[in-house]
Amino acid sequence: MSAAYPNTDLTMPTDQSRALLSLRNITKQYPTVIANDRVNLDVMPSSIHAILGENGAGKSTLMKLAYGLVEPDAGEIYWQGKQVDLPNTAAARKLGIGMVFQHFSLFETLSVVENISLTMRGNRQTLSKQIREIGERYKLDVNPEASVHSLSVGERQRVEIIRCLMQDLKLLILDEPTSVLPPQHINSLFDALRKLRDNHVAILYISHKLEEIRELCDTATILRAGQVTGTVNPNEKTAKELATLMVGHDVPSIQGQHPKKTSETPFLKLSSLSVESHDPFGTSLSNINLDVHGGEIVGIAGVSGNGQQELSRIISGEVINKQLLPNAINIMDQPAGHLNPAARRLLGFSFVPEERLGRGAVPPMPLSKNALLTAFEKGMLNIGFLKNDTINKYTEKCIEEFDVRCAGPSATANSLSGGNLQKYIVGRELMLAPKLLFVAQPTWGVDIGAATAIRQRLLDLRESGVAILIVSEELEELFEITDRLHVINGGTLSPSLKTSELTPNDIGEYMIGNHQSSIERSGVNHAV
Amino acid sequence: MQFKLDRRVHYSKRMLIATPVIAIALAVLVSSVLLVLLQKPVLLTFHSFFIAPFENFYSITEIFLKFGPLLLIAQALAVGFRAKVWNIGAEGQMIIGAITASAVPVYLVDSTSALLLPAMLILGALGGMGWAAIAAYLKTRFNANEILVTLMLSSIALQILYYLLLGPWKDPMGFNFPQTVMFQDEALFPALFEGVRLNTSIFIPIIFTIGIWLFMEKHFGGFKLVVGGLAPNAATYAGFSSKKAVWSSLLLAGFAAGIAGMSEIAGPIGQLQRSVTSGYGYSAIIVAYLGALNPIGIIFAAFFLAVLQIGGDVALVSADLPISAVHVFQGLLLIFYLATYTFVNYRLRIIRPLTHSNTKPTP
Amino acid sequence: MSTIEFFLAGTLSAATIFLLAALGELVAEKSGVLNLGVEGMMAVSAAVGFVVTFESGSHLLGFAVAGAAGVLVSLVFAVISISFLANQVASGLAVGIFGLGLSALIGRDYESRTIAATEGIAIPFLSELPLLGPILFQQNIVVYLTFALALCIGLTFKYTRLGLAIRSTGENPHAAQALGFPVFLIRYCAVAFGGLLAGFAGAYASTIYTPLWADGMIAGRGWIAVALVVFGTWKTGRIAFGAILFGMVSLGELIAQSMGARIPSQLLSSLPYIVTIVVLAMISTNTARMRLHAPFSLGETFDGVGPR
Repeated sequence: MSAAYPNTDLTMPTDQSRALLSLRNITKQYPTVIANDRVNLDVMPSSIHAILGENGAGKSTLMKLAYGLVEPDAGEIYWQGKQVDLPNTAAARKLGIGMVFQHFSLFETLSVVENISLTMRGNRQTLSKQIREIGERYKLDVNPEASVHSLSVGERQRVEIIRCLMQDLKLLILDEPTSVLPPQHINSLFDALRKLRDNHVAILYISHKLEEIRELCDTATILRAGQVTGTVNPNEKTAKELATLMVGHDVPSIQGQHPKKTSETPFLKLSSLSVESHDPFGTSLSNINLDVHGGEIVGIAGVSGNGQQELSRIISGEVINKQLLPNAINIMDQPAGHLNPAARRLLGFSFVPEERLGRGAVPPMPLSKNALLTAFEKGMLNIGFLKNDTINKYTEKCIEEFDVRCAGPSATANSLSGGNLQKYIVGRELMLAPKLLFVAQPTWGVDIGAATAIRQRLLDLRESGVAILIVSEELEELFEITDRLHVINGGTLSPSLKTSELTPNDIGEYMIGNHQSSIERSGVNHAV
Repeated sequence: MQFKLDRRVHYSKRMLIATPVIAIALAVLVSSVLLVLLQKPVLLTFHSFFIAPFENFYSITEIFLKFGPLLLIAQALAVGFRAKVWNIGAEGQMIIGAITASAVPVYLVDSTSALLLPAMLILGALGGMGWAAIAAYLKTRFNANEILVTLMLSSIALQILYYLLLGPWKDPMGFNFPQTVMFQDEALFPALFEGVRLNTSIFIPIIFTIGIWLFMEKHFGGFKLVVGGLAPNAATYAGFSSKKAVWSSLLLAGFAAGIAGMSEIAGPIGQLQRSVTSGYGYSAIIVAYLGALNPIGIIFAAFFLAVLQIGGDVALVSADLPISAVHVFQGLLLIFYLATYTFVNYRLRIIRPLTHSNTKPTP
Repeated sequence: MSTIEFFLAGTLSAATIFLLAALGELVAEKSGVLNLGVEGMMAVSAAVGFVVTFESGSHLLGFAVAGAAGVLVSLVFAVISISFLANQVASGLAVGIFGLGLSALIGRDYESRTIAATEGIAIPFLSELPLLGPILFQQNIVVYLTFALALCIGLTFKYTRLGLAIRSTGENPHAAQALGFPVFLIRYCAVAFGGLLAGFAGAYASTIYTPLWADGMIAGRGWIAVALVVFGTWKTGRIAFGAILFGMVSLGELIAQSMGARIPSQLLSSLPYIVTIVVLAMISTNTARMRLHAPFSLGETFDGVGPR
């Protein structure tokens, strides 16, 4: 038995002949990494089975294999005891496997029922009726005629689940489903999932959130660096034990002293900032007021798609709105609304965007050239000509100081793992010695080691008097490092909230807009 | 058995250099089949294409005569292509450059001033840039697709040329041919050697190439354009203006094409006539790609296509091959180049179906 | 027929060339593939269609072979841009250059030859209506079929699973693949369909509209067809309207001559190009509308691997 699970004594005995889905010695290799290394997995019928692992452990690849999106290099897949090939998703769906993606596979320009009719036969009236029925049965309400681009992310997730349920579903795969939900909605998702389990649907639940898994799942298989490190009953383990299995050592913690004094004047000040979105699928910002002082970390929480993207681009200068008065955005007491990102950088502003490849870095270019992207004012140019020595020195220093694991300054950005590239980009921006730092999703898709290092850096930076603004969808992260919070919802910002006085549910109320009526939009005192 | 493309982590330098060679080989292969179908002599044709042009001195100077404008325009186009600014209207920019430059000798028929040639050079460059500026303005102000606009502008430029040649600029003594007067010697580039058409204008593309190489490989301006082409969001993030990229790419191409047009009328043609561009504007697109959009690669590619053009003229006589066959060959070159270029960034993997032993999970 | 009747009847006939090619391009673009080789595909088909019709005397055979030629050329484009993942713009240009050269080669021995003009089909009763009759109801059958096809394509995109599958492939090929759609196959078929219609457009131009072969006779109409798709913001009805508009503009030269107007003919020849540019600028300036209707992945290479 233990031969099937390498290096483990934590294996829970499972009855293989009863398993709905079994993976045996599944291996999948990508050019730079082995995503899955001889993985074994048994999913029992009517169970909620977690796949736990940190970013980059190979969870998503494993799920794509089970859904026929990726084919394994070696190993076998068994469905109800019979070996099967899953060359494409149609084959998987035929067996009764459905999947809900982290980034949804819905088409924005189509309506809900049109989206569902892509995979379901039947005319639209019948389908609409079915959508409503399923919605009622599992409390997954959604309007079948609504256009997908008008739906919130939570609603889109419901549509995806409903789409899976409309076929004869035996196994539902969910990839980090709670990452897009406000806390209040997580419970209703869990209720729906439990109801599904009781209706004989097995669920494969991918997550890196320990508490969630302990609350919801019957079994958990833990992946680390592509290998299974254990299969356990999560209810019997503490979060710390699970974390150790997941990371391989004790989870590092970060330390920050309580903030000293914040600066008198805000380093970033947004005053009554309103921007109409030109993108029909975008969010307009209305009457946004925000102060960030030196020596504090301010967070912006919210469910994705509520204006974070638009706000980030307005603050960074990537989008310059001609209608906006220059002093709607003040950076270091200077009107900056009309300035481009390079000019804002000269004021002492620095920005780490959420997309690393293609925005924060040019994928096929070496790290040295990527340094040039924002640090060119640091003596890298001589009447416009590149000073390669200076560029390489800067890059080497960044690699060393921020512990970026790579082949050196000539390694291309796309050859680095997510965590290392993020460390590089954060490092590049910090080496500019900004007075005001803006980071969007600082630890998205980053492994725990790198995430901890980045958060620690941010706390250190606060000590040295830098003003830091963070946009994040991870509440735990915001609770861990911010001093104050705003919640963004539908393009408007909540008043300033003191993090230490908040619970996740408080933030959730703002996320779903329950507080809106009780707040007087104007005249809110934004001081701490 | 199945084939699959796997993305390489680093692009393959070896493939990058091999790509044009493979493309040429494949194009030769396919055109051989085509020639057999057309019942034309295969060996004689390729002899005419690739060997005959080198058989005498005059012919070699003719190669360099074609090489000049191809090199000049292709270098400029490649800069734009790397920035993903798709100017395919170099043909029109060349025509307008030739027209504006011709205005000088057309209106100053009797002038023997030494300033004639510099004035034509400046006017030619300005003409090409002005024509390209229309597309740049429409792109940056109205978001109008530059591919279609530059192409339509080329058609319009051709009509303007016809209008001038049939109307106001027609040589009154020219037996009603659609052409201007022959220009005075002072309006022409001096020949490099006695009895050949190759002239001093050849130095312009060479200097231009050095400038482009410095700009693209060593200068921050070139870096900004390349970033804009590879990752537009990264360029915006860094604060590099996409509008500036459009303007500079188009103006550069207009500049080069305008001068190329000028050097035709002030060189081998010696007057303004209908076939002033010889299709250089379109051939330069192929040159730019075949040279991997790289300033050094383009030198080789321009030379190769120049040989091919001379060779095409030879084949016209020796193998009774229509000039369109050369165009087919050029098209094939680009097609095979694009297909082969895939392997610079991807590697081919052969997938054999997984063999597995029947049913049942192994205990 | 009076001049005005002649003009309006000719408009529909000229519009048919634009509409056929633009509909084909629309289908390809809806699947996410920008094929700029339309001009080349039309040229090859025009030459092939003319040669076959000239030799066989059968317009039907000419159209069939021209359609097949269009498909073949489009498949060359599909192979390099879809299977070999080459940049779509460059691939389209390559095929365009190749097609123009090949058409000249094919038609070399037929330069300036002509074939007999075809009769229109007079629809009973309707064709006898004053004014409207000769304009609308005495056209060649291809004209009727083309406008009917426009309607069919519009309905297909709106109401059928096939249409939704093509649209979703063009909007987000990664998601379409995740749903189990054969993205590569759909794109191949869409491009081939575009080639077929471009082939018919070429054959119509060389065997019916002006039944003669001349090198370069497509004269930018393939490019205008590409522009028409933008002009119509990827909607069939508006594309048909645009095709009629351009049909009218392209007859401007004839009309001006027949009315004895003293306008330089070069200006009139330039008119379609000038109108294209002006219209393109007017439509494109509304970026929100472009974003709403343009296939979101248009022009992007898709390698079947997740975005990275």
